[in-house]
Amino acid sequence: MDKLAEAFVIALRLIFTGDPVVMEITLRTLTVSASSTVIACLIFIPLGCVLHFARFPGRGFLIGTIQAFYSMPTVFAGLLIFLLLSRTGPLGELRLLFTTRAIVIAQVFLVAPVILGLIISALKGVDGQAADTVRALGASPMQTAGVLLFEARFAVLSAFLMGFGRVISEVGAAMMVGGNIAGRTRTLTTAISLGIGRGEVAESIALGIILMTLALLVSFMVHLSGLRKA
Amino acid sequence: MLSWFRYPSLVICLALLFSGCGEQPGPAVSDPAPVEPGVYPPRERAERLLIATTTSLYDTGLWAYMEPMFEEMYSVELDILYAGTGKAMEWGMRGDVDVIVVHDRAREEAFIADGYGISRTPFAYNFFVIVGPPADPAGIRDIEPQLAFTVLYENATVPFISRGDESGTHAQEKRLWGAACLDYDTVRASGAWYVEAAAGMGPTLNMANEMGGYALADIATFLAYQGDVDLEIIIGSGDAMRNVYAVIPLSNARNPEMAGNMVNFLTSSEVQELIGAYGVVEWGRQLFTPCAGQEL
Repeated sequence: MDKLAEAFVIALRLIFTGDPVVMEITLRTLTVSASSTVIACLIFIPLGCVLHFARFPGRGFLIGTIQAFYSMPTVFAGLLIFLLLSRTGPLGELRLLFTTRAIVIAQVFLVAPVILGLIISALKGVDGQAADTVRALGASPMQTAGVLLFEARFAVLSAFLMGFGRVISEVGAAMMVGGNIAGRTRTLTTAISLGIGRGEVAESIALGIILMTLALLVSFMVHLSGLRKA
Repeated sequence: MLSWFRYPSLVICLALLFSGCGEQPGPAVSDPAPVEPGVYPPRERAERLLIATTTSLYDTGLWAYMEPMFEEMYSVELDILYAGTGKAMEWGMRGDVDVIVVHDRAREEAFIADGYGISRTPFAYNFFVIVGPPADPAGIRDIEPQLAFTVLYENATVPFISRGDESGTHAQEKRLWGAACLDYDTVRASGAWYVEAAAGMGPTLNMANEMGGYALADIATFLAYQGDVDLEIIIGSGDAMRNVYAVIPLSNARNPEMAGNMVNFLTSSEVQELIGAYGVVEWGRQLFTPCAGQEL
């Protein structure tokens, strides 16, 4: 018990003295996670709109499949992107493996179903009359989507935050395609994983506290954006 | 109450969103790896050498110590990945790393025979040890390692924690079962006493500590963990327990010359001396014995 308390004290000291390694890892984690989520939103919000409006056979099945992929295991996403980026893989020549960009790619892939699915539900949640009214006023499909997204803005925001929460806390993909290289691809989760393996309890707790704080902040914001909608 | 919350939360959301956008080029800046082959950004150490090293050399901090020296000496960005021998070789076969540092001679020779590696150069060794609870419940203290394994198998009550991860230490364990005239697969399936951690040396030691069992470990990692676990060396040293680390530059390294530099670096007299002295201050004894030039 003493050891645990001691570890907490060291952890808090590491955080509040701005330990350069801890800060560097935290900053990298934020950068990578934010990049992944923003890129995923830029790609998959428009795609979600297309899927919402399009009518084609198998659409319901496709949406169901997307929702099933919400719980895609992170190591599985990591493995697929590893095989894609490995030198003998299809994109091996880009030499992206073991870089932060590789982590971003894996995380975009990981979070794609979550964002797609949530955007589709968000649009579905908007009053059907709104779409009809906008269309009746002569809006193009693009403008209609814009209006609906605006109507559903809080649901869209929570999709973004949910996505961010998923990528910032995942370890499987970051470990597999990033390689946990010190000063280069080490993130909060991979650093914690290494710290635990090495028996560096205090450092792991410090990084865990930072990660939990960030995750709490995000879930708090999801909650608040939900309240606003109500 | 609610309205009080609204404004700051929105500000935080926006701040997060924009910090994300603003930092988006971050990975690109901090990442000198060229996207297009042959087009290097004009900066020092634009070149990158990827090395996969066995966890024992990584976890003892030896690589963190040598990394800046190598980077300074050859003006290169050295990126160090840690993995067991099996995984390091897998990366090597796929061409994802340039150099590997591993410890399993039989597999190293096969790796080179298969054309993946150029040469095998031993540069340091230490010893494997069998560690266990100080009370030594199986009564194997200081007996021959293969005899100890026989006792553990016949006893079948005290847990033995295996790395179970195709690492060099795992390979040594399999050799010891062989030396004890026991079939590894039979041992593996012989009951709950045989535990496969499927993890690195540190987690395996932690598991042995929690379960009050024995484990095969390299002496360097064990010394580094000794303070955190209630385990001690039950069987140490002996020539059969020698643990030789070798460096292998890969045949398809992106920069074969730089990969070769790593071999020269590790076998140079300065670095050899440094490896021999490493850990003496912190752990009170030598962790690795330098052995460049010896046939091990």
